[in-house]
Amino acid sequence: MSHFRDQGVVLRTMRLGEADRIITLVTRNHGKVRAVAKGVRRTSSKFGARLEPFSHVSFMGWQGRGDLDIVSQAEVIDTFRVVREDLDRTSVALSMLEVVDLVSQERHANPPLYVMLVGALGALARQPSPLLAPAFFLKVLALEGSAPVLDACASCGEATPGSLVAFDLLDGGALCTRCRRGRPLSPGALDLLRRVLGGGLAGVLAEPRSSVTDEVASLAIEAIEVHLDRRLRSVRAVPTG
Amino acid sequence: MPAFSAPVQNLVDELGRLPGIGPKSAQRIAFHLLKVPSEDALRLAQAIVAVKERVTFCPRCFNVAEGDLCIVCADDRRDPSVVCVVEDPRDVVAVEKTGGFSGRYHVLQGALSPIDGIGPDQLKIGELIARIEPEGISEVILCTNPNLEGEATAAYLARLLQPLGVRVTRIASGLPVGGDLEYADEVTLGRALEGRRVVESAAPAQTRPARADQG
Ligand SMILES: [Zn+2]
Ligand SMILES: [Zn+2]
Repeated sequence: MSHFRDQGVVLRTMRLGEADRIITLVTRNHGKVRAVAKGVRRTSSKFGARLEPFSHVSFMGWQGRGDLDIVSQAEVIDTFRVVREDLDRTSVALSMLEVVDLVSQERHANPPLYVMLVGALGALARQPSPLLAPAFFLKVLALEGSAPVLDACASCGEATPGSLVAFDLLDGGALCTRCRRGRPLSPGALDLLRRVLGGGLAGVLAEPRSSVTDEVASLAIEAIEVHLDRRLRSVRAVPTG
Repeated sequence: MPAFSAPVQNLVDELGRLPGIGPKSAQRIAFHLLKVPSEDALRLAQAIVAVKERVTFCPRCFNVAEGDLCIVCADDRRDPSVVCVVEDPRDVVAVEKTGGFSGRYHVLQGALSPIDGIGPDQLKIGELIARIEPEGISEVILCTNPNLEGEATAAYLARLLQPLGVRVTRIASGLPVGGDLEYADEVTLGRALEGRRVVESAAPAQTRPARADQG
């Protein structure tokens, strides 16, 4: 047994036995960690609400021989309470947690992924945006080395301004008038996609909801689902109002 | 070749489908059952058969019931205008033990959990909405767990119920009685502060002379 200290965001929890839970966290230095929090479901637990999904904590863990660690202490860095107490923001946050859970690997550090998640939750707590989760999904794709090609036709390399009119995930990005396949791509959506991946995120997040942001959102969800090779459950489970 | 004979494998598979039982625990329990005297194992089997035969869910509130309505719904001294919404029949037992609630219940049989793909359609939510008017319900107390799933469920229900003109309340969150403040987590302590109450003076007579002095 060895003990370690790290910071992480709680991705999900699962009941275990009478009063325990298995807590899945994405951490700064240990990748995804699955650890048992003993007695956490009792109202008298020392952990209280610290190990609920979204919680950003600094914690101490024991690493045993099995695949489950044990959380021995946890202190809150941020609970993202505004997110927890708003159903629509909760849904957005859960879809980001679901993606991080699927791309992160156990005990395999991926600090940029952790930093991006903390940043996205903070942004969500400050100001909801229709493009926050879609932009997050695209950034995750870029981090995984699977960003869509947007500067030229993904099939023939055509790069004349105005020539990119379609988008196909199997081709890996935008397509020109000659190679068009997949779904149509509006100039506004192409511009937003380029800004998300090209360092213009702050401006993108300020965009009000429109048909163009809806187009980008559905494209980003499709892109991450194709990459993960599975449907995201949290995107569709709770109807938003 | 299978590791176990067919009946044993069958038992392991069935046990492995129970909540919280992994493949290893399933094997452990199966071999335990093989070792114990027949009558002990059969008592378990008969207990399972008995609940499945005799115990059903109340058609009104989805609490466990023997016969038609559950014990709460069948009691006509209960106030039909107040309904306490809980996730699980075990929560009915917990609220009943407080002795502080005299209305009826509605058991959702779960909580919203988007990550597990559990949406409103998998819960008894439509059934709750359908009760409001016919039963003359004027207050709904949202008594789901104070965790993420329970909070999301309460928020979703509040959104559905408020337009129907019922008073929607949420149980308070706060510090466990008998606990120490310094061990409270930030979320719980924050909620407790928000839910603070005016302390009623126990002895109003003592305050009167002071006011008279000032005047
Ligand atoms: Zn082309
Ligand atoms: Zn009933």
